[in-house]
Amino acid sequence: MAILTKEEAQTILKKVLGFSKADECEVGLSGREGGNIRYARNGVSTAGDISTLGLAVTSTFGKKSATSTIDQFDDLSLQTVVKRSEELARLAPENPEHMPLQGPQTFPDGIGYVPATAAITPDTRAEAVAKSIQVCKDAKLQAAGFLENTTSFNAFMNSKGLFGYDKDTDVIFSVTTRNAEGTASGYAARGFNDINKLDTLSATKVAATKANGSKGAKAIEPGKYTVILEPVAATYMLENMFRFDARQADEGRSFLSKPGGGTRLGEKLMDEKVTIYSDPYNTELPGNTWNRDGEKLEKTTWIDKGVVKNLSYSRYWAEKKGVKPVPGPSNIIMEGGTASLDDLIKSTERGILVSRLWYIRLVDAQTLLLTGLTRDGTFYIENGKIMYPVKNFRFNESPVIMLNNVEALGKPERSISVESYRSYLIPPMKIRDFTFSSLSDAV
Amino acid sequence: MMLPEMPAFARSIDPMAALYDGIDVKVKKQLADVALNAARAKGASYADVRIGRYLNQAIITRENRVQNIANTESQGVGIRVIANGCWGFAASNNMTKEDVAKTAERAVAVAKANAKIQAEPVQLAPQKGFGEVSWKTPIEINAFEVPIKDKTDLLLSVNAAAKAGGASFINSTCFAVNEQKYFASTDGSYIDQDIHRIFPSFVVTKIDTASGKFQSRKSLSSPVGMGYEYLNARPQDKVAGIVTRYKDRYDMLEDVKSATAEANQKIKAKTVEPGKYDLILDPSHLWLTIHESVGHPTELDRVLGYEANYAGTSFLTLDKWESKKFQFGSKLVNVVADKLQPGSLGAVGYDDEGVKCKKWDLISDGVLVNYQAIRDQAHIIGLKESQGCCYAQSWNDVQFQRMANVSLQPGKTKLSVDDMIKNTEKGIYIIGDGSFSIDQQRYNFQFGGQTFYEIKNSKIIGMLNDVAYQANTREFWNSCVAIADESDYRLGGAFNDGKGQPSQSNAVSHGSATTRFNGVSVINTARKI
Repeated sequence: MAILTKEEAQTILKKVLGFSKADECEVGLSGREGGNIRYARNGVSTAGDISTLGLAVTSTFGKKSATSTIDQFDDLSLQTVVKRSEELARLAPENPEHMPLQGPQTFPDGIGYVPATAAITPDTRAEAVAKSIQVCKDAKLQAAGFLENTTSFNAFMNSKGLFGYDKDTDVIFSVTTRNAEGTASGYAARGFNDINKLDTLSATKVAATKANGSKGAKAIEPGKYTVILEPVAATYMLENMFRFDARQADEGRSFLSKPGGGTRLGEKLMDEKVTIYSDPYNTELPGNTWNRDGEKLEKTTWIDKGVVKNLSYSRYWAEKKGVKPVPGPSNIIMEGGTASLDDLIKSTERGILVSRLWYIRLVDAQTLLLTGLTRDGTFYIENGKIMYPVKNFRFNESPVIMLNNVEALGKPERSISVESYRSYLIPPMKIRDFTFSSLSDAV
Repeated sequence: MMLPEMPAFARSIDPMAALYDGIDVKVKKQLADVALNAARAKGASYADVRIGRYLNQAIITRENRVQNIANTESQGVGIRVIANGCWGFAASNNMTKEDVAKTAERAVAVAKANAKIQAEPVQLAPQKGFGEVSWKTPIEINAFEVPIKDKTDLLLSVNAAAKAGGASFINSTCFAVNEQKYFASTDGSYIDQDIHRIFPSFVVTKIDTASGKFQSRKSLSSPVGMGYEYLNARPQDKVAGIVTRYKDRYDMLEDVKSATAEANQKIKAKTVEPGKYDLILDPSHLWLTIHESVGHPTELDRVLGYEANYAGTSFLTLDKWESKKFQFGSKLVNVVADKLQPGSLGAVGYDDEGVKCKKWDLISDGVLVNYQAIRDQAHIIGLKESQGCCYAQSWNDVQFQRMANVSLQPGKTKLSVDDMIKNTEKGIYIIGDGSFSIDQQRYNFQFGGQTFYEIKNSKIIGMLNDVAYQANTREFWNSCVAIADESDYRLGGAFNDGKGQPSQSNAVSHGSATTRFNGVSVINTARKI
């Protein structure tokens, strides 16, 4: 059994700390159980069922520290892992940035664990995928998709008496629907803590509708367009921006660096409609309530009405700069409005609806310029209506510039990044002057 | 797709533990037989088992300090079966005989659950058993046996050289990988392999505080399938030119001095005028273009649609291959897939489904002639056996088709980089890999680089900034007009090529000599925020 209760974890951690002779010692214990199923060409391709449990011990003498791990839990193994980490710590170079361990404090329990998700079996996964495949067969399309569920726990305890425990569940699903000729493609992705919120049938219907609507795409000239980014597209674009690191900004190598030195903290960098924050207690998107530096995570606003409100300061960097540490985000929520995607389309005179973006990579760190492509459903809008599908584009755009050009934001919804599979709460958004630089023949 | 960051490592161990030889091969055979017998007993028609011990070492430094030394180990067993015509897989780090048998039974249960929605039964290309065999990367120095101090001293001296040259920041790392993996299958193979890889690298950053501008230059090293000897520089491995580049050995200290000087120059370099240019691409750059635009579209699982939901499909559809006359590139373009090439990241004796590795043609005289296929795909393109390019990143991931080393063959007639530059009126010479992106069918791509040199009227006239080129794959490879000869041939490579769901990382090399492409679109990437 790879998932331990708080009490079971505490017992093991206390026993391990009892073996320590270092100045400071911290012990982490984590377990993961889950499974996945992958399908293509309307049939299962691969599937797996995996469980792991591991223990990591970090010993510190002065400013020298080292880590050793093990996955066996008899007393001799636990004594050995502590001894190994202590031997290595004595050999390690001093780290001038080492910070002493944090003392005891209470971390509130997280809210990300759902028993129904933890109870998923191979049959549950197969049934969910069977529904998705049937939708595609009925629509004369080929489905390729993926469903994965994970139950995990993390616990840690240090020699100063600090203890943390967190347990959560997660299920992600994505499906691409294509026609046999390869001239049409659609996509849908969902991610939840609770399996009961996942409806593979309706998600696949959305993807199928997009695929059947994307046949006969017309080529239109690349250039600057008003775009409506669906949440799954906006999420992937913005994910590259969610590193509000003060140190990088102070060092002059971030889009948050100020010419002449310092950071852009307090500056208005985006449109006033943009507010971005993190909150581990958001019921739609629960996050971790503590981090491995022993810091409690609370609601933190990063961008407030376009102004850079907070940057993340590690304990070391905060001490150096004489400010309070600010832990990085454990989730990201962007505020929006009440408009639906349809409302955004209706209010658009001329524009492009983007269902999904693909292969986004950094071009220039200075401006956070990114390149990537549209994929799986790109449509031309005129006078508030979707007129016809268009060929895919390559874009070169910075999310910072993009969030300066916000025309309207819709209602935020939980969405997953198509590359990292992390979940976010992001609204659909209408952006003016989005830069498409060339056409792609890809469908 | 190439991942933007280094792969996440597994749990940490100390360096001494890394020198432990792992489980005795006799014990591994016993465990393997337990797994195979348990799978058969539950109704599997085929089973294979991988008992893996994966060691990684990462040394991470910046400026005058070592930020982290992490030795990690991951050990466990992964079992793959066919039951009722369907694949099933299960994995666990518990390695008693009882646990291994239970894991095999779980794999069969997964296969049976999924068989109910299976479209067509798995067809495996026949594979003879090899009995008990072994293979080892032919390293000279095991990186895990080199004292930590030697490595940190090297990286800190690299950092000191960068700072002395005026760098604002320097980050340097050395990653080492050792895959100890034992494969057994119901075909009668028991294959023990010991695979090594190493990747030293750095990034130098120069900041102009007044303007707020910053520029960086990455190392020109490659990840390689070698031991620590890669870092013992030899004169014969240095390629002279506007900047020194490297073949089978790497001089990290020399490269960081060049990189620091170039980062300083990049701050002041002129911005590129967008338009059409003839591009002369160094192997330290071209490997990534080969990887994305030739390596990936020739993977048969993409062609067939198995990767449609994530990495995408391919424009190289079966009809193009069947025609035997699809002109992928100009007649100069010859590309091979090769799982044997010494020093390459992909070189192994046997792949992760027990197939002996080989070399084969993908593009001959510009024409598409073959794909990369594994056992359950071979029949689709009329092959009687797999091409041996199946891989799993760890024991707890299922194996599937991964890219072999895919390399552009050098020109057959004598031709140097200087000769190419002499014949260029308006061009850009690009060294090092930078930004990269390609669409899901591998038509439209965009690449950056590390340093860009403007060529005008047969001469390099200075450095350029803000350069990226965009092209259509087929048009690009048909614009290939010159390839330098074998004396310029070098390997580049990807330490972390991502594919699959859940995503897995693969390491793969790509060789080429400097190559020229005419009339490619170049854009200017400068923006203001």
